[in-house]
Amino acid sequence: MTTPVLPEGPTRRGTELLLLAFALGISLVAYTAVGLAADGQVPSGTLGYGAGLGALFLVAHLAVRLLAPYADPLIVPCVALLNGLGLVLIRRLDFADAEQARNAGRAVPSGDAPLQLVWTALGIAAFCLVLLVVRDHTRLARYAYTSGALGVGLLLLPLLPVVGQTVNGARLWVRLGPVQVQPSEAAKVLLMVFFAAYLVSKRDVLSLASRRVAGLDLPRGRDLGPVLLAWGASLSVLVFQRDLGSSLLFFGLFIVMLYVATERTSWLLIGLGLFVGGAFLAWTTFSHVQQRVDIWLHPFDDPGGDGFQLVQSLFGLGTGGLTGTGLGQGSPDNVPFAKTDFILATVGEEMGLVGVMAVLLLFALVVERGLRTALTCRDSFGKLLATGLSFALTLQVFVIVGGVTGLIPLTGVTLPWLSYGGSSVVANWALVALLLRISDAARRPSPAPVTPGVARAALEDAPTTVVRRP
Amino acid sequence: MNRPLRRVAVACLVLFGLLLVNVNLRQTVLAEGYRENPANSRVLERTYDRERGAIALSGADRTLVARSEETDGRFRYLRTYPGQGLYAHVTGFYSFIFGATGVERTEDEVLTGEDPRLFVDRVTDTLTGREPRGGDVVLTLQQAVQQAAFDALGDNRGAVVALDPRTGAVLAMVSKPTFDPNVLSSFDPAQIRASYEELNGRADKPLLNRAINQTYPPGSTFKVITSAAALQAGRTPETQVPSPTVLDLPQTSATLPNFGGGTCGGDTTTLANALRISCNTAYGQLGLDLGADALRTQSEAFGFGREDLRIPLAVAPSRFPADPNPPQTAQSAIGQFDVQVTPLQMAMVAAGVANRGQVMSPYLVQEVQAPDLSELDVAEPEVLSDAVPASVAEQLTAMMELVVNDGSATGAQIPGVRVAGKTGTAQNAEGSDPHAWFIGFAPAEDPQVAVAVIVENGGSFGSEATGGRVAAPIAKAVMQAVVGGR
Repeated sequence: MTTPVLPEGPTRRGTELLLLAFALGISLVAYTAVGLAADGQVPSGTLGYGAGLGALFLVAHLAVRLLAPYADPLIVPCVALLNGLGLVLIRRLDFADAEQARNAGRAVPSGDAPLQLVWTALGIAAFCLVLLVVRDHTRLARYAYTSGALGVGLLLLPLLPVVGQTVNGARLWVRLGPVQVQPSEAAKVLLMVFFAAYLVSKRDVLSLASRRVAGLDLPRGRDLGPVLLAWGASLSVLVFQRDLGSSLLFFGLFIVMLYVATERTSWLLIGLGLFVGGAFLAWTTFSHVQQRVDIWLHPFDDPGGDGFQLVQSLFGLGTGGLTGTGLGQGSPDNVPFAKTDFILATVGEEMGLVGVMAVLLLFALVVERGLRTALTCRDSFGKLLATGLSFALTLQVFVIVGGVTGLIPLTGVTLPWLSYGGSSVVANWALVALLLRISDAARRPSPAPVTPGVARAALEDAPTTVVRRP
Repeated sequence: MNRPLRRVAVACLVLFGLLLVNVNLRQTVLAEGYRENPANSRVLERTYDRERGAIALSGADRTLVARSEETDGRFRYLRTYPGQGLYAHVTGFYSFIFGATGVERTEDEVLTGEDPRLFVDRVTDTLTGREPRGGDVVLTLQQAVQQAAFDALGDNRGAVVALDPRTGAVLAMVSKPTFDPNVLSSFDPAQIRASYEELNGRADKPLLNRAINQTYPPGSTFKVITSAAALQAGRTPETQVPSPTVLDLPQTSATLPNFGGGTCGGDTTTLANALRISCNTAYGQLGLDLGADALRTQSEAFGFGREDLRIPLAVAPSRFPADPNPPQTAQSAIGQFDVQVTPLQMAMVAAGVANRGQVMSPYLVQEVQAPDLSELDVAEPEVLSDAVPASVAEQLTAMMELVVNDGSATGAQIPGVRVAGKTGTAQNAEGSDPHAWFIGFAPAEDPQVAVAVIVENGGSFGSEATGGRVAAPIAKAVMQAVVGGR
């Protein structure tokens, strides 16, 4: 049988480059605006910053062009813009820190923006590396248990003596020489690979129903094992590391991937029940969980004490209003942790509702492209991994943005690409690389008509195609 | 797998939707509440980030009584009051905890630059990138007069108001005890609260501007108004009026004695002489003859009963009793019973007589200036009311001159200057010493200043105090600051 030569499909790499240039332009204008507001002149480093960021974007683009030419053209520009804006916001908060230090007569700190630019470079390096090493995402499934073990190991690392560090009450940092790393971010990506591979291999067993109760096909009792394991692991992250956000993230991710893999709604309900039970358990047992809930319900009861963070964040949002005070013209440094968890409060104050909506829509766009990738992907593993990556992003954005804006109790996770923090930037760029790898495979014109017997799972989901009779 | 995948996509959409709805709610509907929450320091920071206009005195040296000083602190501009207590009740304070008072409050729009008259400046500031600055407010107060009033009143509780009778411009306004607005306008919340609570809790009420926000019985100074009503009713300074030692009041067994139980030198006397010696029985009888309505009408012609008087500080209305019976009318005619006046009102009575019967609207703001000191608005003197015809004003002036030259107010005499005036010693609460009053103006032939002085409970003289002994010398010092002389 001969392989018919198909015409090359459009790669849309030109679109990507154009959008990247646009993202660079917006970042540079914002960067200049911050400098103008701070000392009334175009900052001297604008050219260097522009060149550096432009070079990084270009490297990312070239990597995609060479290594994943058919990948979705929207994902990288959206992520690049978020990252560029994050750098601007961190620089803006550096100015505020410097001013505070000057007023207090302390030494002016060196600033975090240059460091974040280095982390961005490392993130894009990780992005290129993943694209280079992982030439076919299905091969990742072979390393399921390796990556699972690695992920769990990374999660537990902060609990070890000597290297483990407790920061702000949560033990999720590891000290590596001069830098602090939050390994849960990398663990997130590794565990997703494990979940996807494990669930794809076990999906037939897991979808077996034992009996039907009230219109629901309940799984067999003995298949509950993995779910309970994931639940227990999430709770122990909460207990031992006091990290509410990661715990919620891992469990939600696992349940959703399980649901997609098995197509059984019962898993979703069981997961929801376990979540409610776990949440209630945590609420009754841990004072810090109770405190978070109390602050969420009544932030203004103690605006100067417990409620300070959330109240300041809400004040920032309110002061920003519809269009914001303008970059560099508000007081976002009133909000504690403005550079990390609360960076959206800075967006809300200085760029207003318009800015917040734009940022949220950028995230939504990345998620939408990710889910589209999952839908069009031809293999189950890729489908499940793309779903996991997209949903993880949604959940993380929801947990932190919802917390900062008072929609849900606050749990500290970073806002991907915007927040200051090396581990987060690097891990999330790696996540994007995986997504692009799957997208490249999904959008690549198929080299040959699919023959029966090969990849039956994919065939079931594939659209009907008209094949010309030879 | 595509069916559950689509459901997951819908779930993602819902999660993003919830976030979007929530931020929309927070940044539009709830935003104003967040902005105005007292715990939100952002709005304040912005307020203190901009240079607030100064409050200055007119005059060549343009003394600043309130100004914004650049600092290195969290807030950029600190409000300072170089005169400390001297102008405190006029400028008020500017506190980020307790808000603003005085001119700081009434002229806030000018001082912040929000006033419509400063619109062009705001636009040019924006276009040229110049730092926006508020406009300046120039007061009518004169430093020498204010200082003289402040010093002469000393440690007594009371108030002094000096007006230019020709225009209504307030030349001095002092209320004692006073306070230091610098403390209340500082950036130290603990200090501000402590200071405010201390001041607010004190029995002698230092935050109260007695000159316009406190009313007192006017005592015998009200006889100027009764005289004005009598002259308007056809009497002359030479008209003989009954002046018994004790006046029997109708409908009651009560009587109206003279001050200290003295006589008025006979059973009848002239109206002019009755004023000179401040004869209570004569004025009680005049009040009975003229009736309460005539007295009230005359009072209101001098400015009583105005609820909406702004200079631009709000002034408490002065009152003549609503519906007194004859004995109460007799009491009211000598400024007792329920007659209540502000010191400013009594200065307006003196100024009305001085200005040929015309009362000018009192005002404190001479000029509003743009940040470059160009003039935006200048006060134009306005007639508040015609109190008496010019001829009556002349007769009253002559009578009041007599009081100073050879009557109860000799303490107000200024060598070489003709001074007109009237004292008062006002009974108030049972068992407390009377308030000492003086109202008057100088020079009598060409008035340049009209004053009202009140010393609560007679100051250090206590029960021995009279208006002539305590208040007249203070008024003399204030008038001297305007007209000169020793």
